[in-house]
Amino acid sequence: MTLATALFLLVLFVVTLTVAAYSTYAERKVAAFLQDRIGPDRAGPFGILQPLADGTKMFMKEDFIPAAANRRLFTLGPAIAMITALMTGVVIPWGGELTLFGETFRLQGTDPEIGILFVFAIVSIGVYGIMLGGWASNNKYALLGSVRAASQMVSYELGMGLSIVALVMLNGTLSLGGIVEHQAAHGWNIIYQPLGFIIFLVCAFAETNRSPFDMPECETELVGGYHTEFSSMKLGFFLFAEYTNMFISSAVISTLYFGGYHVPGLDRLGLDPNLTTLIGTAAMFAKTFFFIFFFMWVRWSTPRFRFDQLMNLGWKGLIPLGIANVLITGTVYHLAELWKG
Amino acid sequence: MSDLRPLTTRSRVVSDKRMTLMERIYLPAMVAGLLITIRHFFRRKPTVRYPEQERPRPAVYRGRHVLKRDEKGRERCTACGLCAVACPAEAISMVADERKPGEEHLYREEKYARIYEIDMLRCIYCGLCEEACPKEAIFLTDRLVKADRERMPFVFGKDELVEPMDPARRIDVSGRQTAAVRTFKQNPRYAHNR
Amino acid sequence: MAALFYILAAISVISALTVVGARNPVNSVIALVVCFLSIAGHYVLLNAQFLAMVHVIVYTGAIMVLFLFVIMLLNLNKPGGPRKSLAMRLAAAVAGGLLFLTLAAAVRQGVAITPAAGFDPGVGLVRHVGQVLFTEFLLPFEVSSVLFLSAIVGVVMLAKKDKDEAPDPHITGPERARRTA
Ligand code: SF4
Ligand code: SF4
Repeated sequence: MTLATALFLLVLFVVTLTVAAYSTYAERKVAAFLQDRIGPDRAGPFGILQPLADGTKMFMKEDFIPAAANRRLFTLGPAIAMITALMTGVVIPWGGELTLFGETFRLQGTDPEIGILFVFAIVSIGVYGIMLGGWASNNKYALLGSVRAASQMVSYELGMGLSIVALVMLNGTLSLGGIVEHQAAHGWNIIYQPLGFIIFLVCAFAETNRSPFDMPECETELVGGYHTEFSSMKLGFFLFAEYTNMFISSAVISTLYFGGYHVPGLDRLGLDPNLTTLIGTAAMFAKTFFFIFFFMWVRWSTPRFRFDQLMNLGWKGLIPLGIANVLITGTVYHLAELWKG
Repeated sequence: MSDLRPLTTRSRVVSDKRMTLMERIYLPAMVAGLLITIRHFFRRKPTVRYPEQERPRPAVYRGRHVLKRDEKGRERCTACGLCAVACPAEAISMVADERKPGEEHLYREEKYARIYEIDMLRCIYCGLCEEACPKEAIFLTDRLVKADRERMPFVFGKDELVEPMDPARRIDVSGRQTAAVRTFKQNPRYAHNR
Repeated sequence: MAALFYILAAISVISALTVVGARNPVNSVIALVVCFLSIAGHYVLLNAQFLAMVHVIVYTGAIMVLFLFVIMLLNLNKPGGPRKSLAMRLAAAVAGGLLFLTLAAAVRQGVAITPAAGFDPGVGLVRHVGQVLFTEFLLPFEVSSVLFLSAIVGVVMLAKKDKDEAPDPHITGPERARRTA
């Protein structure tokens, strides 16, 4: 690992945390605006220091561990949630190539051949944080929350995987950088994979436990769900992990279906390559932020599903649709190849 | 049966018929919902940012009390306790005392309230104390009770309730004297009030 | 690289021993998860990234989650568990000893522990794995997918509702009449 990569990862780490912190602020603002309110506006101008105030509050609160809890796992839970949430950003291409001091850097931590699978793998480990945390609390609501989280994530991973299969068939690569380049050459995947995109989007909502699929922390049924017993920064880590996951999911959606850092027509302007890269990165962030906004917009517009409805949708709706999508994509792709000769 | 009209024009008859395909897909309804909420996103917000901005309060607003003095600056209250009896929240308590010679410029009657306290956390601002008072001593005003972190500061004593001696800084309650109240006061039977 | 290998190997062995030795079944599961992750690390060291990721997704992400799921719901949290009888312990010792003997014999005979052919770093890449799966091992691959299909059919059969089950109490009114008719 070179110094440049290390530096890049550090920057990525800081950016991820900042975005996650400000997502909490954005969430409250968006919620307020959708409900004809103005939201937090006391800490600093327009309340932009609110995340700092929240963070300070979290740290100052008593860190309480219930007597009947399993202390080690109780601490391990939030840690796993946070670590896995922060890990996925490494493989996402945040931009193209940057030439500085005669050297070329890619604005991507690393581009393994199986980038998208890496994201999947890490997300599937992330569920342990919720499960262990909920179980270790020794609380029935927490346990129910974590059981729901586990079944929800395992179920929706299938639908998500199927939507990805079709996409990968089309792009011919599992590497995220490769997928972006393919889109730059052949047009964004959303054009070819609208159904796949919808499946992926719905699954992304379920995987990040966001409303309308926020069953694991469903307040009206389960008090606080898996984090009922958590307090102080342990709770903070769980909430933070949720927002980090949302950020990463938005970035993955932009990368997979909306061309990532690719801006149509930008290459033809003949700008300085470094400038092109920076604009691309800005575009990537703009797309990502739009999807973060979309996540929030949906959360404050729809009621929560019932758990059996959720499972029905996952198993009887999205998975068959995903399989159909794979079949259609394969057939059309093959026919197109034949037609081209 | 048919006399029962719906209370609003927006009520719908609930039915449990099977959903159509369009409804079962769910996404169109979802998009419609999203469009509704996004319109609210751009609406003007009616929020009043309180300490900086205040909503105008009407003159008859029932807020923090004042214990009035008469024209000569003497306290009107004679500690009769009628306000405390009338108070549904039992927020008022007082200790009466006898006026000593030489205090005539302070208290209008021979008996006065040495201690007079209203617990502003118990008070429900109903205004019954004001109605009960035979001496026109207590009035509710359009001032607000300031927030605090403790409970005790909300128990207002005479220092906070009695209006200042200085005629320029008296609290004006004439806004609460509606026409009906003024006619009522013309009644000679209550002439001793003035 | 070698240092990394030894660290990973140590983690694998220790966590595997913990799986067997841990009193609390949840700890066992966690140890097994760690073991799987370290084995995925071994795959990465062999440049078999695809295998590593699939290993993590399938074993750690799905199967172990279900294990954990069941253990949590069974509430096996009591340490110890039922005492095993003497005969059972004897049988376990004999079986374990035999297994150990077989392994020892196998290792003693398998002389060539160093790889026979030169290691091809491309062997674990997606392209190569796919190529091999769909040419050389096509038949086993398809047969195993039939196996999965039969499992799926079995699950559907188990989960299917009985026809003459009581109607859903949440459905009332004309809809209920229509469905029960
Ligand atoms: S306003 Fe009502 S509640 Fe308040 S002190 Fe007067 S009588 Fe009591
Ligand atoms: S305020 Fe009025 S009613 Fe209350 S004790 Fe004084 S004179 Fe009586």
